[in-house]
Amino acid sequence: MPNLEHPAYPAADLLHLESLVPCRESQVSTLLSIFGERQQFSFPSIFIYGHTSSGKTYVMQTLLTTLQLPHVFVNCVEYFTSRLLLEEILIQLQSCSSGTEQTSPVHCDTLNDFVRLFKQALAIQELQDQTLYIVLDRAEQLREMEANILPAFLRLQELTDRNVTVVLLSEIVWELFRPNIGCFEPFTMYFPDYSIGHLQKILSQNHPPEYSADFYSAYINILLGVFYMVCRDLKELRHLAALNFAKYCEPVVRGEANERDTRKLWKNIEPHLKKAMQTVYLREISSSQWERLQHDDGDPGQLKGLSAHTHVELPYYSKFLLIAAYLASYNPVRTDKRFFLKHHGKIRKTNFMKKHEKTSNHLLGPKPFPLDRLLAILYSIVDNRVAPTANIFSQITSLVTLQLLSMVGQNDQLDGPRYKCTVSLDFIRAIAR
Amino acid sequence: GCFVFKPSTKKRRLSDKPAHDFRSTSHDSEDTELRFVTCQSLWNQVKSETEQIQEDLNKQLLDNLVSFLSRSYSDFQEKTTQWTCKMKFREIPTAALVLGVNVTDHDLTFRGLSDVLQDNITPYIALLEAKDCPGIKNLMQKLMGQLMKCDIEVDSLEDEDCVQVSQNKIRCSMPSLISWYESVTKKTDAETPSKKRNSSSRHWQSPPVVVMFKDMESFTPRVLQDFIVISSQHIHELPLVLIFGIATSPMIIHRLLPHSVSSLLCIELFQSLSCKEHLSNIIDKLLLTPQFPFKLGEKVLQVLINIFLYHDFSVQNFIKGFQLCIVEHFYSQPLSVLCCHLEDIKKRVYSLSHDQCENIRRLPSFRRYVEKQESGKQIELLTNDSFLKEETEKLLEDLHDYHKNYVSVLRCLHVFTSSLPKYPLGKQIRELHCACLENQVWETEEYESSLQLARMLNKTDLVTMLQQCVEILMSSSGKEFDKTVEKLKKFLTQFQNLEEASQERDVSVSSQKELQKKTDLYHLQKTLLELKESRRSKKLTKFEMLRFEVVDYIDRLVRKYLVPADNRTLHEIVYFNAAAVLRGHLNAAPRTALHTALNNPHWYLKNQALKCDGGGISNKAPDICIVYKLHLECGRLINLVDWLEAFSTVVMAAEEPNADAASSDQVDDIIHARFIRAVSELELLGFIKPSKQKTDHVARLTWGGC
Repeated sequence: MPNLEHPAYPAADLLHLESLVPCRESQVSTLLSIFGERQQFSFPSIFIYGHTSSGKTYVMQTLLTTLQLPHVFVNCVEYFTSRLLLEEILIQLQSCSSGTEQTSPVHCDTLNDFVRLFKQALAIQELQDQTLYIVLDRAEQLREMEANILPAFLRLQELTDRNVTVVLLSEIVWELFRPNIGCFEPFTMYFPDYSIGHLQKILSQNHPPEYSADFYSAYINILLGVFYMVCRDLKELRHLAALNFAKYCEPVVRGEANERDTRKLWKNIEPHLKKAMQTVYLREISSSQWERLQHDDGDPGQLKGLSAHTHVELPYYSKFLLIAAYLASYNPVRTDKRFFLKHHGKIRKTNFMKKHEKTSNHLLGPKPFPLDRLLAILYSIVDNRVAPTANIFSQITSLVTLQLLSMVGQNDQLDGPRYKCTVSLDFIRAIAR
Repeated sequence: GCFVFKPSTKKRRLSDKPAHDFRSTSHDSEDTELRFVTCQSLWNQVKSETEQIQEDLNKQLLDNLVSFLSRSYSDFQEKTTQWTCKMKFREIPTAALVLGVNVTDHDLTFRGLSDVLQDNITPYIALLEAKDCPGIKNLMQKLMGQLMKCDIEVDSLEDEDCVQVSQNKIRCSMPSLISWYESVTKKTDAETPSKKRNSSSRHWQSPPVVVMFKDMESFTPRVLQDFIVISSQHIHELPLVLIFGIATSPMIIHRLLPHSVSSLLCIELFQSLSCKEHLSNIIDKLLLTPQFPFKLGEKVLQVLINIFLYHDFSVQNFIKGFQLCIVEHFYSQPLSVLCCHLEDIKKRVYSLSHDQCENIRRLPSFRRYVEKQESGKQIELLTNDSFLKEETEKLLEDLHDYHKNYVSVLRCLHVFTSSLPKYPLGKQIRELHCACLENQVWETEEYESSLQLARMLNKTDLVTMLQQCVEILMSSSGKEFDKTVEKLKKFLTQFQNLEEASQERDVSVSSQKELQKKTDLYHLQKTLLELKESRRSKKLTKFEMLRFEVVDYIDRLVRKYLVPADNRTLHEIVYFNAAAVLRGHLNAAPRTALHTALNNPHWYLKNQALKCDGGGISNKAPDICIVYKLHLECGRLINLVDWLEAFSTVVMAAEEPNADAASSDQVDDIIHARFIRAVSELELLGFIKPSKQKTDHVARLTWGGC
């Protein structure tokens, strides 16, 4: 295992850092070597990517705070426009080193302003001799801002002529970022997924104070055995571990088993965890409901999950409208005559063709249809006469707002609106019953 | 035909001459003012009643929600150093509120909810609608605007700077929201102790911020996801609670939010009462009660129920329809002045004018009544106003009694019919009510078959039903049922005696036992068949005799009390029966109306000259009608030149049929202009549009345009 070593930082800090970032030592040491000493210029921009919860944000944050490097940490989802983002960086910059809370309102609309204000901010403060790190979390959002934002951040060192390094964190690879007009290539770095061993190690690290580490680690082992197949998200696993630990301890608390009795404990917890996988993990029932169930020793079966309530009550004509829409979406126009007319003439024997069509239509998904066709099918599937009243038309609109139908094309209402049916066959079956 | 919604009296009520509207069309002798006042007070009663019902129905739901919110809040407040709390991920408490498909009704629920929350939990409530939030930016703006405004409302006296802040200049981001929240909560903490106690009795120290998404389905997934991700990062500083208003099914949450986002939420499901049950409640409290003198006729009720069941599932619309009925009834029926509570009838009847008496004499039901009387009384009724008034009062009192009895007996009958297999008379009491109003229910086949089935009920069912009936009749205010109750009680004791008797005498007839045990239709029919065969040979048992007696007695009750209202004298005064008017108002058919207007302008313009026979096109009709009729004959694409020529032929036809035959191929400029105007009017109405396929053609958009 590589021990973190760097001449610029005190060994105690590095040791502390190493204990905080288990299983990420090699990445941290690479980063440290890129960063160099405090006053040295570093690589202008670093791009770090890796799957969800592979520790990107956590590692960056702990690294920068434990070594007390000057930094600005911004989440791009939260600051959804470029103006908000740039202003936030400036605000954090003001407060991060000056200490005094003199956050005068900053106005920064363009990158040009940003560079100017950025230089000003750096000039005032005693940061000139240290590298400043700007970390942009969820950097994929940058692509949706103005076109100049991303290239400018990559070259911020050059543009501002200051000692600054921009770190981009993202879940997707750099190739998807690269603008087609070309830009400065950042140093890319990959954070691999945690392996099961890593997960085990990390999860076992913070065990509850009242139980021994071994006991907790055995529990984590069982937990991973159940959940590792479906979930490798560290946060989620930790959450699940906390939720179900009380149940695991139950036999010990009651005195039926001691802490070493792994088999007994396993027998107790395993079905419980499996149930949790089907319910809590999918958010069918909420974790607080799950806890209450656990507490009352209730049966999770009595609590229906979200997906259990699939039934939708619809008015009579809405049902027919929806069925008509489904028929219009999945049947080709030329079969209408055959299906919906009483005297449709002779049917040609094209059985093979029909079969072929039927399978492919469901695979191809719904097709758009005009309003007139929908109404025509409606009239033919409803037994009694339907007057085209305003209520019928308003029902179509309300089906659209309920997302059961969707309008295709944004053109004028008068211009023959076209719709698509967005519900599944099962739903239609349930309604048609 | 097409009817336009008149602006109902609601608006005009505010004006200082309230009765002006009613008076304008009728004579003053018809008590317009009094009618208006009656109408108004009746509607106010109905309104408060419906609001009460609504409140009661929502109470359960709201209580659950409030307890959920306070629970999640208390979880938040637990600043425990417990290991589990540290390890657990902080989820955003979320309530998924399934409210049924009618989105327009949700307004009321949300208003009630926010009132309750405001009273019990938190002043910080924001209600977001999808149409206001196309992007995350708009959402944040809207959210902050609403939250900060409610802050101003809470402590309205101070803070000029707060008002300034709430203007558009503010940075719409989470940190500014958090700093606002901190300042607000700090302020309430810093207040004087007396004030603090006052506020803390209503809200907690740092109340949660409730954000309601009114129509979850219509939100763009992206916006929701972003908002949830952002707020979950700040959940420690800003105690947020989300409420999703869901119209379809909770599955939509999974459809809108990927697992990575939904794992940030702690979702609990709350379901409101189904709207059908809600309607049953409303009908029960509004129509099946002697409380309100105003009644709906069968056809009208059917129209309202059909609109509800077939079209919109909206209880609000049902109540609006009911309101329309009230207004229309009091507006169109001069005698509706007598549609009041029993106490007022005497006074009102005696203050009737001569004209009103004539109105009474003109009522069809009254005429029928007169015809049945002997000749001396007939003359008195038709000539003597004061005698008529006496008689009217008596008749109206009869009508009131009839209502009271009707409702009680209807409920009794419903007790019986609702437990029969297959429900020949309908499961809901409203269906039974409609059937009874429509015609004499005992003459229908369904009634026959339900009696048949009732004769096969087993004893325990029969006894419980009888007990229910006794309860219903006892609770009704009329004294008329004393005898009936006695009779029913006697039946009950007889059943009891029977039981004792049968216990002594061992059961000889096994089939009888079977019959008592099994309740489902198949077995009933089977045993019935067996019984029928055995009946020929065997005499009826005591139980069977008694059962027949009971059913016959119920039948007699029905025949006596459930007479359709149309047969009652003076029913026109309290029953609103103009179903066609109502249908025209509530279930408009725009396409049909347009077609009638263009195809048959006489219908609306009432100009004799326009009356045309058959399919011919009159040249006196407005230009647009001519153009429309001509276009009906064309296919999908219409050649404009041909159309113009046809148009000019029609227009010229009458003017000088043979004068300018020479210049016939040269179309008059004025006619040309008229044609162009008519065509563009049609385009504006959406019948045609310019076609890109051929430049001199237009495409039809409606009916048979393919």
